[in-house]
Amino acid sequence: MRRIYMDHMAATPIHPEVLEAMLPYLKEDFGNPLSLHSFGGAPKRGLDEAREKVALLIGADPKEIIFVSSGTEANNLAIKGVAYAHQKKGKHIISSQIEHHSVVHSLKSLEKAGFKVTYLPVDKYGLVDPNAVAEAITNETILVTIVHGNSEIGTIGPLAEISRITREKGVYLHTDAVATTGRINIDVGELGVDALSLAASQFYGPKGAGALYLKKGVRIQPLIDGGIQEEGKRAGIEDVPAIIGMGRAAEIAKRDLPSNMGHLNCLRGMLIDGLLKGINRVYLTGHPERRLPGHVSICVEYIEGESMLLFLNQKGIAASSGSTCTSRALKASHVLLAIGVDPAITQGSLVFSLGKDNTKEDVDYVLEVLPPIVQRLREMSPLYEDAIRRPV
Amino acid sequence: MEEYSQKVMDHFMNPHNVGEIPDADGVGTVGNPTCGDIMRLYLKIKEGVIEEARFKTFGCGAAIATSSMVTDIVKGKTIEEALKVSNKTVIEALDGLPKVKVHCSVLAEEALQSAIDDYYKKKGLPSPVVLKHSHDHEDEAE
Repeated sequence: MRRIYMDHMAATPIHPEVLEAMLPYLKEDFGNPLSLHSFGGAPKRGLDEAREKVALLIGADPKEIIFVSSGTEANNLAIKGVAYAHQKKGKHIISSQIEHHSVVHSLKSLEKAGFKVTYLPVDKYGLVDPNAVAEAITNETILVTIVHGNSEIGTIGPLAEISRITREKGVYLHTDAVATTGRINIDVGELGVDALSLAASQFYGPKGAGALYLKKGVRIQPLIDGGIQEEGKRAGIEDVPAIIGMGRAAEIAKRDLPSNMGHLNCLRGMLIDGLLKGINRVYLTGHPERRLPGHVSICVEYIEGESMLLFLNQKGIAASSGSTCTSRALKASHVLLAIGVDPAITQGSLVFSLGKDNTKEDVDYVLEVLPPIVQRLREMSPLYEDAIRRPV
Repeated sequence: MEEYSQKVMDHFMNPHNVGEIPDADGVGTVGNPTCGDIMRLYLKIKEGVIEEARFKTFGCGAAIATSSMVTDIVKGKTIEEALKVSNKTVIEALDGLPKVKVHCSVLAEEALQSAIDDYYKKKGLPSPVVLKHSHDHEDEAE
């Protein structure tokens, strides 16, 4: 059966050149990068090179890159690490209502430890108002953390505008750029951020490797105590093969970014147009233009996301949903609720996140397969029955 | 994706008894869209026996499969027998449900009870059904 992967927000396939780069470090170059003997040499050099490549991808200095295990760890380290290192100055943090769980739960854990957090609302596209950030900053504020690209609705946040405010007020700014790194151009200098989280598994690298960009001079408290790896900011032996893979993936991402972006913006437009024209009562969520390339998120009224995913899966299409039933916590998506989607309509959430290997034919196939699935489920739905009976 | 039994997948992909009964003797609608599932069950009852059962469901794979299964189970049963059908009966008939989906089977039980309750009310008779509405309680607990 034809299999089409459109869930690149969950994970991306490993680029063949990335796998090639990793293999020696799973075999002969297995040494500990800290060892002084010859076996430590290749892994040490490999890490240095990977650090340069990751730094180059985001316009940073290699010394500003801390290797971690995932985007989640990068977010934890940035938020808790900065908060605990600067709590003498104040215990107030500003964030938004559409952050990833690794940000939200890091903040919740800080709240239990006595920190205060302001969760700024967003507009219907998922944009934080930079003026609202300015108004929320107090003498106690030490950190602002706002997501760069939202994986559920694809919206790219106004980080450069927000950083003008945080720099003026002398408050640190962190951004979760896990969804954007490798997908759109990122320059930490232009964004004006003090810390930025990224993960290799989002740009055709392996799982198990992420990084935190931490601007020179910003102090953090490590979350893991131990040796002197990563300048003492993240103890524990590095996952060398994964990090080598991230380095190679960063290099390829930088090289291929313009062509991938063009390709994915084109497919995104086709899919959005086709869905909105092909199915009635379908709504695009997130910003129509300020959005991740290849990211298509919709809500289909009167039906539920998981049942659509199951039928799509039967047709070989892998997608995602933010509906209550697809979340193990059985809660409606906090992101969709924050942008003001009616709770009933959030249930019909579908997210297609396309990648470099998707084609126009893949998009056509989705557009052919989805409308009959929607119709079939609507014919089963009491909400649809009520809606068509209601006099217009 | 959730691990559903083959039986759940069969009932989800090809559900039995989908639709309405225009002149139903009892109709029960339970759940709410915020929770992610709504079940509406239609019963045709003749001389105390459920002759026909149909459903419309808004919800996940498990919600649709449990609706399909509960309609299969109650067809031909007397009201007394049908009132003994619990969510466990439905789960067993489906060869199990993932833990996070057990509430769908509870919804199926409640839809059945609600439809039977409606039958008694329409007849102007005292209803033997004590409605539970566990979904509403879940809301309160959250």
